Amino acid sequence: MNFNQLVTESVEEYNALFEGDTPIILVGSATCGKSAGAQEISITFKAELEKQGEIAKVIDVGCIGLCYLEPVVTVIKKGMPAIFYDEVTPKLAKKIVKTYIMGNDPMPEHALGSFGEKQIEGIPELFNIPVMKPQVRRILRNCGFIDPENIKHYIAVGGYTGLNRALQIEPGEVIEKIKLSGLRGRGGAGFPTWMKWQFCIDSDEDEKYLICNADEGDPGAFMNRSLLESDPHSVLEGIVIAAYTIGAKEGYIYCRAEYPLALDRLKHAISEMREQGFLGEDILGTGFNFNIKIKEGAGAFVCGEETALIASIEGKRGMPRTRPPFPTTYGLWGKPTVINNVETMASVSLIMQGGHNQFIKYGTEESKGTKTFSLVGNVRNTGLIEVPLGTTLRQVIDEIGGGIINNGKFKAVQIGGPSGGCLPESFLDTKIDYDSLTMAGAIMGSGGLVVMDQTSCMVDVARYFLEFIQNESCGKCVPCRLGTKQMLDILTDITQGKGKSEDMDLLLELAEGIKDGSLCGLGQTSPNPVLTTIKFFKEEYDTHINEKKCPALLCKELIDYQVIVEKCEGCMLCLKSCPVGAVSGIKKELHSIDKEKCIKCGTCIELCSGKYNAIERVSKY
Amino acid sequence: MSKILNKILSKYSGDKSDLIPILQDIQSNLGYLSEEAIIAVSKFAGIPESEIYGVATFYTQFRFTPVGKKHVMVCKGTACHVKGAPQIIEGIERHLDIKEGEVTFDMEYSLESVGCLGCCALAPCAMVNEDVESNLTLKDVKKIFSRMKRESKNNDCN
Repeated sequence: MNFNQLVTESVEEYNALFEGDTPIILVGSATCGKSAGAQEISITFKAELEKQGEIAKVIDVGCIGLCYLEPVVTVIKKGMPAIFYDEVTPKLAKKIVKTYIMGNDPMPEHALGSFGEKQIEGIPELFNIPVMKPQVRRILRNCGFIDPENIKHYIAVGGYTGLNRALQIEPGEVIEKIKLSGLRGRGGAGFPTWMKWQFCIDSDEDEKYLICNADEGDPGAFMNRSLLESDPHSVLEGIVIAAYTIGAKEGYIYCRAEYPLALDRLKHAISEMREQGFLGEDILGTGFNFNIKIKEGAGAFVCGEETALIASIEGKRGMPRTRPPFPTTYGLWGKPTVINNVETMASVSLIMQGGHNQFIKYGTEESKGTKTFSLVGNVRNTGLIEVPLGTTLRQVIDEIGGGIINNGKFKAVQIGGPSGGCLPESFLDTKIDYDSLTMAGAIMGSGGLVVMDQTSCMVDVARYFLEFIQNESCGKCVPCRLGTKQMLDILTDITQGKGKSEDMDLLLELAEGIKDGSLCGLGQTSPNPVLTTIKFFKEEYDTHINEKKCPALLCKELIDYQVIVEKCEGCMLCLKSCPVGAVSGIKKELHSIDKEKCIKCGTCIELCSGKYNAIERVSKY
Repeated sequence: MSKILNKILSKYSGDKSDLIPILQDIQSNLGYLSEEAIIAVSKFAGIPESEIYGVATFYTQFRFTPVGKKHVMVCKGTACHVKGAPQIIEGIERHLDIKEGEVTFDMEYSLESVGCLGCCALAPCAMVNEDVESNLTLKDVKKIFSRMKRESKNNDCN
C-alpha cells in the first residue's frame, strides 16, 4: 500500500469511529491521569457498557494538560460537540453512561467544556475557559484527542505527511525549511536546529547518528513524558525526518527508565511504524533506510548533557568530556551525531506537515513558535501548557495558572531546573523567550515552571538545588564535585541557624569558581539557583544568618510548633496522631506541644488545619 | 539463579554497549544486581568486574541489595519539594520504621527517593512498584500503607 492509500484508509477508519453512531469515550490515561485514578474510570466505563451491550467505545488517550482536573474524560456523541468532564469518579462515570450515553442529558453541571461546532447551553467552549484561552496548542494538538497506540489516528490527523514531504525533496531543502521556521532547540539552550544539522552534514564521515534526548532529568518538568505518552508518533516522525536530512542510518531514543508508560508507548509506536513502512529498509519506497533503538536511561541527570549521553549509550559511565570536538563532528562511536530534544523533534514534524509559515505565525523575532511548559508548584491550575514564545510570566501564572493556591502571595518562579534561576515578582512581566530569560538571569531550560508562594523558603530552595547537583555531579572535575559540596554545606548551615556573616561572600566566590572551572553545563550552571536567590532574595539570607529566623517558617531548626490557645477545642486529633507523643492534654481542654520532644513532622498541623487551625509554626529565636 | 541469568544473557550479543541494558534486564528480573550476576556478566561480555561495578554504581537506578515486595519511590523533584516531599519521606520512614535506602525486616517494603517521576502537576507523589500515588498528604501515607497491608493479606489468602 502506498502512502496516499494509507492516508485514505486511515481517514476513513478515523471518521467512521469518531463520526459513527457509536459514542466514543476518551479517558485521559497518561501517567498523571493514571495516578489520579484514570484506570479505574476506564474499567468502570467498560464494565457499565458491557452491561448495556457495548453501546459506546472506550479509548485510553493521552493528556490534554489539565492535570489538576484529572481524571478527564471526553465523550463524543453523533451530532453533538465533544464534551469534557473533569474530576471523574467511578460514580460519575456510571452516571455519564446512564444520563448522557443512554439518555440525552449532557449534564452541564459536571462538564468542563465542549469542543466542536455546536454549543450546548451551560457548557463553555473548552478553548475559551480561562486556563485554555491564552494557550496555542500546536505541539500538543493531538494530545488527549487521538489514541496514542493507533498509528492510523495520527495519520488521519495529518501525521507522517511531513515525512512523506521531506522524503520527496533533497536534504538541503529540508534544512532550508527548518531554517526559515527559525526553530531553536527546545532542550533549553536554544541553538538553531538547522545549524546543528548542517554541521553534521558538513562533516566528512559517511556514518552518522541521530539521537533523540528523552531523558528529561529536570526535576519539575514533564512535558516530554506527556508528549511521548500522548502523541509518540509526532516525535518519531521528526526523528526520521532529521535522520533523512543528516543522512543517518541509525538512531537512538534515550529515555528515562522512570517513565515506564512513555517507554511502552514508544515501543508500541515503533513497531507500528515498521509495519507501515515508516522505519526500516526503503522507507516509503524512497530507498532511505533507517532504524531506531530505544536506550533506557539509568538515572543520571548528567546524561542529559550531550557527551555524557553518548558515553552512556556506549555502555560507559555517563561522564561528559571537553568540547570541541562537538558531537556533530565527533559523537557516538566517534561518528558525527546530532542530538535533539523530544519537543524539537515534534516541532520538526509540525513544520514539515504544515509549512514554516504556519510555525512562525507565533513567537517573537528571535524565538519562533510555541513552547510547552509544565506549570507546577503553588499555582491553582497545574498542568501541561503550550504558549507562543514571548508570552509573559504573569500571563502564564495568573491567567493560565489561575494565580496562587489558597489565596497565597506569589514569591518566585523557578525556571530552567537546576541550571536556571528563581525570579521574583518584579520580573513577572518578563517575556518567556530564550533571550529575555537569559537577560533576567534564568534560562529557558527544558520548560519547567515551578511557582512558589510565601510558604517556600528561598534559602531552602537554593539548598535543595545544590543537594540535587551534589548528588548528580559525575565527579569528574573538582570545582563541581567539591565546590558544590562546599556550597551545600554552607547553605545547610544557614538553614540550620549556623550561618556566619562571611558566608554570603564565600558563596559568591565559590559560585564564580564553579562557573569558570567546571567542564560541562551541569557544573557551569549549578550555582545559578544560588546566585539568583542571593540577587533577588538577599534579605531572606540575611534574616537566616543574622536573626536565625526563617521568614517562611519552613526551616525546621529555626521554628517551633505551638497550640493557639484561643482556637484549640481539645479535640485530641493532634494528640492521637503525634508520632512521638509530644502533644499532651485531655479531651475538650487546651492541648500543648512539648517543644523538646516535637520532631516538627507537621502531622498535627495537617490534621488541625481547615477544622480548627489551632496549631501554628513560630520562630524559635 | 544461574538459569535465569543465562536466559537473560542469551538475548544479547555481548557487545560493550549492551552492558547497561543487560544490567537493567537483570535488575528488572531479579530485583537487584547480585555478585553472582556481576561475575556472570563479566564472563559473558569480557568486561572486568571492576569496570561493571564502576558503571553500575554511577547510575542511581542500580541496586546491589534486594528490594522489598513493594518498592516505594518517593519523588524529590522541585514541585514535590515545594509541596512538602521532605515531610512525606520522613512520614514514610516513620511509618515503615526504616530509613531511605533500606528494606523492612520482613522484606515487605523498601524505600528510596528519586529525582523526578514526572508527575509534577499532582505533587507531591510517590511510586509503589508501577503505580503512582499523587497529591500525597501525611494522612494519605497512613491510608496507603494500611490499604497495601490489606491487599497483601487478601493475596496471601488467595
